[in-house]
Amino acid sequence: MVYTRNVLYAAFGLLVTLLALAAIFVLLFADFVALTQLMVYVGGVLVLILFGIMLSNRVADQAIQSESVNFFSGSLAAGMLFSWLLYFILTAEDVLKLPAPELANGSVAAKSSITAIGIRLITNFALPFEVTSFILLIALMGAAYISTPEKHD
Amino acid sequence: MIDIPLTHILILGAILFSLGILAVITKRHAIVVLMGIELIFNAATLNLVAFNRYQPDIMGGQVFTLFVMVIAAAETAVALALVLKVYQYFKTVNLDQVRQPSED
Repeated sequence: MVYTRNVLYAAFGLLVTLLALAAIFVLLFADFVALTQLMVYVGGVLVLILFGIMLSNRVADQAIQSESVNFFSGSLAAGMLFSWLLYFILTAEDVLKLPAPELANGSVAAKSSITAIGIRLITNFALPFEVTSFILLIALMGAAYISTPEKHD
Repeated sequence: MIDIPLTHILILGAILFSLGILAVITKRHAIVVLMGIELIFNAATLNLVAFNRYQPDIMGGQVFTLFVMVIAAAETAVALALVLKVYQYFKTVNLDQVRQPSED
């Protein structure tokens, strides 16, 4: 996604990345999160981004380009950041060797995580849940207000 | 039995985060910068889900992953509305060409 110049190709690369992440979530026993990833990201956000690409370009032009600037220094910064993160991950490997939870005996956790998430969402995490709903409302109002054409009088 | 080591997941999250940072730094198309931000969000959620396996009874990681997804969706909606406004006003979404136009 990063290395292409065509914006549409970048969007399709992002689509493949999001699908692969949903598969990884399934492998990590997070089925509800994987489902939400499919619905929200692949179904919602990516369609929104594609709409944005289509609406914000003169379609009759040539292919929608996005040139890269500062590619060397940007790659250098991102590479340094990645090696820094990699260093900390690899040096903390003994810390990260946590005991695998009740899955070590070869049994698959057949229990769905939806019930647990729902119970936690309205008991332990009730306040963030309400704040999130409020933020969604504000974002909806803000997006509708911003995209309304202003009235010239 | 599938047992992915935690280190692999963290390294994948680091790769995604670095690529997102790279896209945000080097790209000049506003929507591509938004896609880079989405990659960063996904790296964060991947780490949350990976660590959630070690506290399966509290489910904090997965619940906060859902919160992060909601925030990302709201952010994308607002940012795309802004991008469309900028496009109507400046006739471009290239971030280097978005300047205050001269009064002529």
